[in-house]
Amino acid sequence: MSTLSVSKAIREGLHEEMVRDENVIVLGEDMAVMGNVFAITQGFLDEFGPLRVIDTPISESGFTGMAVGMAMRGLRPVVEWMYDDFIGVCLDPVMNQAAKMRYMTGGQVKVPIVFRAPIGAGRRNAGQHSQCLEALFTHIPGLKVVCPSTAADAKGLLKSAIRSDDPVVFLEHKLLYAKKEDIPDGEYLIPLGKADIKRPGKDLTIITWSRQVYFSLEAAETLSAQGIDAEVIDLRSLVPLDWEAIRASVQKTGNVMVVEEGARRGGIGAEIAAEIQEELFDDLDAPVARVAAANVVSPFSPPLEDAMFPHPEDIVAAAHRLLAK
Amino acid sequence: MATYEKDFLLQLYGGMVRVRLFEEKAADCFTKGMLAGNIHLCIGQEASVVGSNAALRPTDYITSTHRGHGHLLGKGADSKKMMAELFGKSTGYCKGKGGSMHAADVSLGILGANGIVGAGIPIATGSALASKIKGTDEVTLCFFGDGASNQGTFHESINMAAAWKLPVVYLCENNHYGVSTEIHRVTNTEDIAVRAKAYDIPGVTVDGSDVLEVYEAVKEAVEYARSGKGPYLVENVVYRWQGHYCGDPAVYRPKSYLEEAHKNDPILNFRTKLLKEGLATEAELDAVYKEKADEIEAAYEFADSSPYPDVSEAFTDVYCEDNEECVAR
Repeated sequence: MSTLSVSKAIREGLHEEMVRDENVIVLGEDMAVMGNVFAITQGFLDEFGPLRVIDTPISESGFTGMAVGMAMRGLRPVVEWMYDDFIGVCLDPVMNQAAKMRYMTGGQVKVPIVFRAPIGAGRRNAGQHSQCLEALFTHIPGLKVVCPSTAADAKGLLKSAIRSDDPVVFLEHKLLYAKKEDIPDGEYLIPLGKADIKRPGKDLTIITWSRQVYFSLEAAETLSAQGIDAEVIDLRSLVPLDWEAIRASVQKTGNVMVVEEGARRGGIGAEIAAEIQEELFDDLDAPVARVAAANVVSPFSPPLEDAMFPHPEDIVAAAHRLLAK
Repeated sequence: MATYEKDFLLQLYGGMVRVRLFEEKAADCFTKGMLAGNIHLCIGQEASVVGSNAALRPTDYITSTHRGHGHLLGKGADSKKMMAELFGKSTGYCKGKGGSMHAADVSLGILGANGIVGAGIPIATGSALASKIKGTDEVTLCFFGDGASNQGTFHESINMAAAWKLPVVYLCENNHYGVSTEIHRVTNTEDIAVRAKAYDIPGVTVDGSDVLEVYEAVKEAVEYARSGKGPYLVENVVYRWQGHYCGDPAVYRPKSYLEEAHKNDPILNFRTKLLKEGLATEAELDAVYKEKADEIEAAYEFADSSPYPDVSEAFTDVYCEDNEECVAR
């Protein structure tokens, strides 16, 4: 075991894959000379050279589309958007090109790209730098969507994402980058589509991912002191989704809530709740609850921002409401 | 003219005839209700698609557009698999899953037609970057229309290709119309090639109805790109005989456009030139024509008689791994 921050763990995973496979190419804004705004690629330019670590101009549509052409030619680009919010200027190459190219060509091509992007509220970055847009990506067939919470997972999942032959949107919460955690020594992979039970429990299932895993665990401790034993599931990847883990937990507890930092309307919680109610209705003691961000724009002012996305006390309150039904 | 081998001239003529007959057959099938969806025809633009492709090596790459049948055939695509794809049949290039706007043959360096105007431009640029990273000498030829030259992807891609000296040739087929909108109603420059100046790369406008003029211009551009000097912008001024899509009456165009277009018939003019200069005989040209007509008829028969894909095909090829799980939820 060694202790690494989440950003350093991502750096280590990316570094190992670049050493292992010369087809892995990093491109994005400020990735080479500066080594990325979160220091993810610091030192990479000297080690791998300017053809493998590429500083792009501020042309997200152009360089994201170029990654599709690179991937169709056998490379494995790892593209970074400085914030996931910037998908607004480069959705076409993701939605209409990378996601659909294999299908539209009848399986002729593989498009192995990882699109990395920081997500999340809480940094007072206001409306255009604070979103959690994973629901937008999961709606697009052809994309895989991964949202790690821990340092160990971030490294192991990123390595699997890079080795995947499919386009993977890899969303990293900004407020987890500095979090220091134990990670295993040596090389390891964490497969996409396997959830992690962070805390077993018998009364209530909390399904979550990314930074809300920590808030959910904090809430579970509070609930435990109040005599409620909550199980916390970190999905880790949203596509593919570990349905077996969800099913087993729902059948055990009968009470379920989905906790997410993205907007409530059309969120992942809505989707998972619908699946559970279609497939596991008889196992439920109460309707599936959702705890999510309000359907508003991320405000700048700290008290306003804190009011719009879930915190541990919101999860605790929602648990009590759910169990009272 | 004397500098060309006779075989090469006949090959250009045959290539153009093959594209024209393919498009005419497709239009006929579409009009008879045999094809679903929409098709966009390149009748009138044959010199551009054939002359440009003739300047490439088999190992080079192309990206194409929604008006892509000719680009693909010109790069060597199999007319049977092309026609079957238009028919949505299992024997088509994409098993019927892409159709007219998404046909591709990656083994021939065809990185696909594309239904989004301007989307092929960064893909071509990425292919060129891949060649540079791998240290190989392929050139990528990027077809697009005058409409796409007003997309951000055009400017973003050329800027990067110029900054990084990428081996890509940007080939604008300027047929003067983006769907119904005449280019000068939405663009201030007289031609598209002048935009090359903004990126400090070579740009040239050529008569896109003259197959030899196209071939020479693209050959120079391809050699320039292959030698490591960077990208090149070639503008082929062409005429789109049909409307935007097959069946579009194109009432937005003046009559004079079509008169000009027919005066510039790339196939008829080239045939006349070959005969006049004694470079081929009527009999030789007729033999080439018949050979292509037979090929397209066989392509039609193949497509028409091929089976539709099994319904299960709708649910495959979405993902390389975990396809079933990812499709299910």
